[in-house]
Amino acid sequence: MSSLSLIKKEYDIPANDFSRAGEASSNVRKLLTQLGVNPAIIKRTSIAMYEAELNVVIHGNGGKARVEIFEDRIEIFVYDEGPGIEDIELAMKEGYSTAPDFIREMGFGAGMGLSNIKKNSDRFVIESEPGKGTRVYITIYLIEEGQ
Amino acid sequence: MLVSQIKELIDGEIHTCTDKMDIDIKSACGADLMSDVMAFSKENAMLLTGLVNPQVIRTAEMMDMQVVVFVRGKKPTREMCELAEEKGIVLLSTELSMFTACGILYKAGILGKGSDCE
Repeated sequence: MSSLSLIKKEYDIPANDFSRAGEASSNVRKLLTQLGVNPAIIKRTSIAMYEAELNVVIHGNGGKARVEIFEDRIEIFVYDEGPGIEDIELAMKEGYSTAPDFIREMGFGAGMGLSNIKKNSDRFVIESEPGKGTRVYITIYLIEEGQ
Repeated sequence: MLVSQIKELIDGEIHTCTDKMDIDIKSACGADLMSDVMAFSKENAMLLTGLVNPQVIRTAEMMDMQVVVFVRGKKPTREMCELAEEKGIVLLSTELSMFTACGILYKAGILGKGSDCE
């Protein structure tokens, strides 16, 4: 695994700004398209990062995303200093959600976010503690298995 | 099926990307819950929804969906149209209900791919 990143980007994720939510993911998507990355990998990256970004907007009172592209992988680190998660195992469960009603009215908050990030990542780590924010690490390899 | 044919079948109004009427759509997904679109709909190029907010366009973008149809007479806002135009996503609207719009398109040959979001 090479340790030198080719591209490094940092994005602000503003709190409660639903018209801008997804902008960071959209930028990364554009970047990967320009780099000629396999569309299936771009889609997995987009979904994972967009879900993580939405979580920061909905639950985390805003935060940041750091994206590093290596020769063989994409590493995404999304973090906030929001209220944190009390029970990560429970939060990972499909259908479990603490999102308020207005988020559900926007079509989100169905409790699929974290499991969907995991499903689309090759490596997924989440760290959180009540009062200490949440950190999500996503790794996606640029070469699909079997290639 | 071409977007122009889809527009005719559901008596749709086109809001963006009028130059993309010749996109060929083979499968679609109908949902008001964007969480489900992202979790279950992997291969569909068209979304039918009754939900109207900018995150619908973002979701379509992330999912590589080229066409979004708003059902039940809902119309996209100007902000949504601008975002869709920028992303090259065709926005259509129809007075038909979700069930009827999906039924007409399914009968005409458009399929649903992926598990729960068919």
